[in-house]
Amino acid sequence: MAELRNALALYARMAGISIRGQMQYRISFLLTSLGQFVTTGVEILGIWALFDRFGDLPDWTLPQVAFFYGVVNVAFSFTDALARGFDLFGTEFVKTGEFDRLLLRPRSTVLQLAGHEFVLHRVGRLLQGLLVLGWAISALEIDWNVWRGAMLAYTLAAGFVFFYALVIFQATLAFWTIESLEIMNTLSYGGVEAAQYPLAIYHRYFRQLFTYFIPLGCVSYFPVLAILGVDDPLGSTRTFQVLAPCAGFAFFGVALQFWRYGVRHYTSTGS
Amino acid sequence: MKPRMAEALRPFLAVIGARYRMLLQYRAAAFAGFGTQLFWGAIKLMILAAFYGVASSEPPMSMTQIIAYVWLGQALFALLPWNVDPEIWEKMRTGSVAYELLRPLDLYAFWFASTVAFKTASATLRMIPMVLTCVFVLPLVGLPEWALPPPASQLSLLMFLLALGATILLTTAITMVLHMALFWTLSGRGFNAIMYGLVGFFSGLIVPLPLLPDWLQGMLYWQPFRGLADVPFRIYSGSIAPAEAGFEILLQLGWTAVMIVLGYTVYWYARSRLVVQGG
Repeated sequence: MAELRNALALYARMAGISIRGQMQYRISFLLTSLGQFVTTGVEILGIWALFDRFGDLPDWTLPQVAFFYGVVNVAFSFTDALARGFDLFGTEFVKTGEFDRLLLRPRSTVLQLAGHEFVLHRVGRLLQGLLVLGWAISALEIDWNVWRGAMLAYTLAAGFVFFYALVIFQATLAFWTIESLEIMNTLSYGGVEAAQYPLAIYHRYFRQLFTYFIPLGCVSYFPVLAILGVDDPLGSTRTFQVLAPCAGFAFFGVALQFWRYGVRHYTSTGS
Repeated sequence: MKPRMAEALRPFLAVIGARYRMLLQYRAAAFAGFGTQLFWGAIKLMILAAFYGVASSEPPMSMTQIIAYVWLGQALFALLPWNVDPEIWEKMRTGSVAYELLRPLDLYAFWFASTVAFKTASATLRMIPMVLTCVFVLPLVGLPEWALPPPASQLSLLMFLLALGATILLTTAITMVLHMALFWTLSGRGFNAIMYGLVGFFSGLIVPLPLLPDWLQGMLYWQPFRGLADVPFRIYSGSIAPAEAGFEILLQLGWTAVMIVLGYTVYWYARSRLVVQGG
């Protein structure tokens, strides 16, 4: 317990240093945050334009899709801000041999990499995701109660660890490939793109891939249905929808195991 | 006269060749990019197909034209002016741009040539597997309705290739404005962040421009980014008839000229008051 408290204190200290460092360049921080806001925000304009042109989809309205959009963007913005060390792992730690130094320190590698950088300007994505989510909530007239609120928080947390797990998988692969593999970005950024719409509109193969193999649907589509209180056109039960986010936490556990396996097989690039 | 012209062009051809050979070394990155683009295109098409399934009135483009638009967009993704050339950014940051200025060549023209290579080399690498996949592999795996359709006519294909040539010039000219602005800001990251949203939306890569609201179409027509994707892709699919394509290509070239003047003005101004970083 004391060890955990110590780790958390150390993490808070690393994050604090990183934040203070970035605040030295205040204009740059504001501009990059604005860039993030615009870049990630144009997607919702695209969604709005399609609804404007074609009208509602058979099972979905614009506020409902906006809710899916908001949830996945808010969850991913936290990962994007906090997983920078793993994101850069191949290029900045394996290729350079820097990882050797991390191994020498008396703290876990996961803690050191998680604390590597706290990327403040991801607040741009977070803000636009929250705005869209807020609009969706006000447009949907959901009957909010403690259960629904808790369900939303639980879904966001599951989404955060799910995306974090994807980044850890990508980082672990770098033990063998040396360079960071961009292909995993397809799954994280592409996953965000895909989950902005309800899973039901995609082809069967995609739905299966994102339910059983990579549980993206379990941390966005299914629990959001339970929050919205609508029936699943795909026919899942409410119990399944409520339990589904657990798959996100399990996926995170698998990613950590894979990471340990990778660390054991690490050979330094030397130099 | 002729040999002297060839003599003058030689350094530019040399830099294009060198950049090409260097970028072709990054095959793994290109392969990863190909995977990303395939995935992205598939998602976009499934979303658009869902909307086309409920269309109550005739949309401005047919689904076949949309499929061509989306796949061409993914195939030529790397051609668009998303980012600054990391090599030029590095030169600005470290101050080695001073050596570049010593060369007996006009720096703008020299970097223009290098930027053409930077844009086309990464684009061709990604384009070839994308086009092969969209034309041949999709029908083979039982998805012929999602394959890249052939161009509307031979004339459309010819006009498309001409428009694509103009797109390469336009994308280079826009990237050169960014490169020249690096003289002032030194921060390429900010540009990369802003350009992604700007270019993505106004070129038609996020949503095909004709599908955006009708009241926006007038404004969308008179902006430079349309020439990067919307114009060539619609010429290919016949959404812009070959007879109108000539004027569209002239518009692309007009915007290219505007961007060159803009970039060159910044360069001219910067050169006279340059502060080189570092010691």
